[in-house]
Amino acid sequence: MTAPDILLDVHHLTMRFGGLVAVDDLSFQARRGQITAIIGPNGAGKTTVFNCITGFYRPTEGMIRLVHPDGAEFLLERLFDFRIAEKARVNRTFQNIRLFPGMTVLENLLIAQHNALMRASGYTLFGLFGLPVYTNAERAAVDKARHWLDRMGLLDRADDAAGGLPYGAQRRLEIARALCADPVLLCLDEPAAGLNPRESNELSGLLQEIASDDGVSILLIEHHMHVVMEISHHIVVLDYGQKIADGTPDAIRNDPRVIAAYLGVEEEEVDTVIEGAAP
Amino acid sequence: MPAGAAREKLKAAGLDIFGALKDAGIAAFVAFGLFSLIIGLRTEQGITGQLILLPRPELLFVLVALVFAGRFVIALFFRSGLAHAGRTIISPDLRKKLDYVGSFMGVFLLLFALAIPFLFYSNRYLLDLSILVLTYVMLGWGLNIVVGLAGLLDLGYVAFYAVGAYSYALLAQNFGWSFWLCLPVAGILAAFWGILLGFPVLRLRGDYLAIVTLAFGEIIRLVLLNWQDFTGGPNGISGIPRPSFFGIPFTADETGFAARFGLEFDPSHRVVFLFYLILALALLTNFVTLRLRRLPVGRAWEAMREDEIACRSLGINTTNTKLTAFAIGAMFGGFAGGFFATRQGFISPESFVFMESAMIVAIVVLGGMGSQIGVAVAAVVMVGGFELFREFEQFRMLIFGLAMVAIMVWRPRGLVAHRAPSIFLRQKKEIPPEALEEVQR
Ligand SMILES: Nc1ncnc2c1ncn2[C@@H]1O[C@H](COP(=O)(O)OP(=O)(O)O)[C@@H](O)[C@H]1O
Ligand SMILES: [Mg+2]
Repeated sequence: MTAPDILLDVHHLTMRFGGLVAVDDLSFQARRGQITAIIGPNGAGKTTVFNCITGFYRPTEGMIRLVHPDGAEFLLERLFDFRIAEKARVNRTFQNIRLFPGMTVLENLLIAQHNALMRASGYTLFGLFGLPVYTNAERAAVDKARHWLDRMGLLDRADDAAGGLPYGAQRRLEIARALCADPVLLCLDEPAAGLNPRESNELSGLLQEIASDDGVSILLIEHHMHVVMEISHHIVVLDYGQKIADGTPDAIRNDPRVIAAYLGVEEEEVDTVIEGAAP
Repeated sequence: MPAGAAREKLKAAGLDIFGALKDAGIAAFVAFGLFSLIIGLRTEQGITGQLILLPRPELLFVLVALVFAGRFVIALFFRSGLAHAGRTIISPDLRKKLDYVGSFMGVFLLLFALAIPFLFYSNRYLLDLSILVLTYVMLGWGLNIVVGLAGLLDLGYVAFYAVGAYSYALLAQNFGWSFWLCLPVAGILAAFWGILLGFPVLRLRGDYLAIVTLAFGEIIRLVLLNWQDFTGGPNGISGIPRPSFFGIPFTADETGFAARFGLEFDPSHRVVFLFYLILALALLTNFVTLRLRRLPVGRAWEAMREDEIACRSLGINTTNTKLTAFAIGAMFGGFAGGFFATRQGFISPESFVFMESAMIVAIVVLGGMGSQIGVAVAAVVMVGGFELFREFEQFRMLIFGLAMVAIMVWRPRGLVAHRAPSIFLRQKKEIPPEALEEVQR
């Protein structure tokens, strides 16, 4: 039985590529309204977990259950990727940004609202004749886009090509685009990668707001330890596809297994972890 | 002075003679390799049927020398121009002026098109040519949905043109259906075949998709050629009913168009009617496309061209989106085919060869993928140009090829490389080709 505030329940998830076990019998849970982080060294299998949750890979074994606030349940391992986005309302960003570079920022955000707009346009028929059902829906979609652009500080760039934005703005646009799809669960794959310290601080604040004020639960993959330690409620640590720790930021900081796993990889990050552990 | 220093000096002055000589030498060598057999030897049939080889060293020498000289001049003076082609040649100032002119271009072209029958009423040849051009404009606009918007390279578009033409011909002949009934049915049948083609190629992209669609075009043509009982095989279908003016035929008797409207009978009436008919059909294609671009389907097509995986992560069913692009593109091809059948009165598989597909793809690519006005201009230039050089039959393909190369060098994204956004918040800004370049495959 799941507790009432469990949103995502990953149950014995395994993903194999030929002989390589990228994710090995992973189980964890994410709670509603919280930020759950997945950390681990490069190649630990974090992105693969995201790809399984969002349907881009079909897991070799295991179950991924998502429960909406209204009680509707979805078994994600059985759904197509676009169905997961549409019905289960899990939306994601990509480690290598995937925007529609030749389209404007506003167009990017309208495409995220495709299914709602498609229905409003009577599957194109009403739209073709410009019926008010559709024009009103489009206006509402633009308003929603404007709202998220404002929150992300991108309002001035609304009519520019997405491919021409600076890197940090592209990251924020990708998040705004995922949010325009009205997700219940937002999966962010290294959103702070390539951002400067000021930008990543701003991003931390934004993500906290999104989780607490907008009620969008977040699953976060991130290498910037200060971001992870500051904003997440719960951290899952992966190494070679296996879960080596699972707990609150404080517990993770002091876990010797986590420190050991990181010691083998990048020294600065270990320092951050150890520094954070000292009171 | 040592040679090296002299060379440096020249280089500093922007003239790299040695490099240019080397470049020209390589080009001349390649030209020699290419031309030595094709131009250098002329084959003739002897009296007894044997093959006689006549060497033509002078001609070969002249051509290779020309290539050498041309390449030398280009390498010496235009090197930087070639490397940054398209960006440095047109200054931003000129571009602004061109854009300004371009914004009136559509209206101007439309008014001109409307006036053509009055301007050239007595010139049957020009009227026929205009109808041909407009047919290609319509085909270009139809294919633009698939190639330009959805980014699916379809080299077998002529198949839908053929399906439309044969559907029209068979329905009109066997059931005696009228033009206004046959035309939509031809379009719907073509759309159906578009979906049928769409299914097997859903997973393919880029080159693979191009090859399979090419094969599909050939299959349709071969079926038309070999299914004697149904399609008439190589003899085609003749005696396809000519179009009537909403039920009034263009005949000389008193029930005909001329008599009814109190005019003197003139065979040009029908041609003028056909002209306005294809103009209306083409404009319908354009109108629907422009409209669809601003609707969710159209935006999804363009988004799919930019990044299919991102589309799926946003809940877009890319399968359906591709099929709608194929179907709607094919439908307009089918309409054009129906029109073609009724205009010619006779169709055969010969009208639907791969060359036609290539022509239509060339129109779309040269026009600038996704740009309506660019496609229209490209159709006029290509079809009109092809006609213009009819006298130099042998060199037609050569000039055609050269023109393609020239445009691809100077305007690699076609005549109209900018993309107009489908919606804007504050200010409509054209999207420069640099932003689009990333998605080029
Ligand atoms: N499609 C795939 N095919 C084969 N191996 C893959 C595939 N995707 C990921 N992997 C492998 O799975 C492992 C985990 O990769 P990934 O999930 O990207 O790691 P992380 O995101 O934690 O850095 C790596 O060894 C990677 O090479
Ligand atoms: Mg990763």
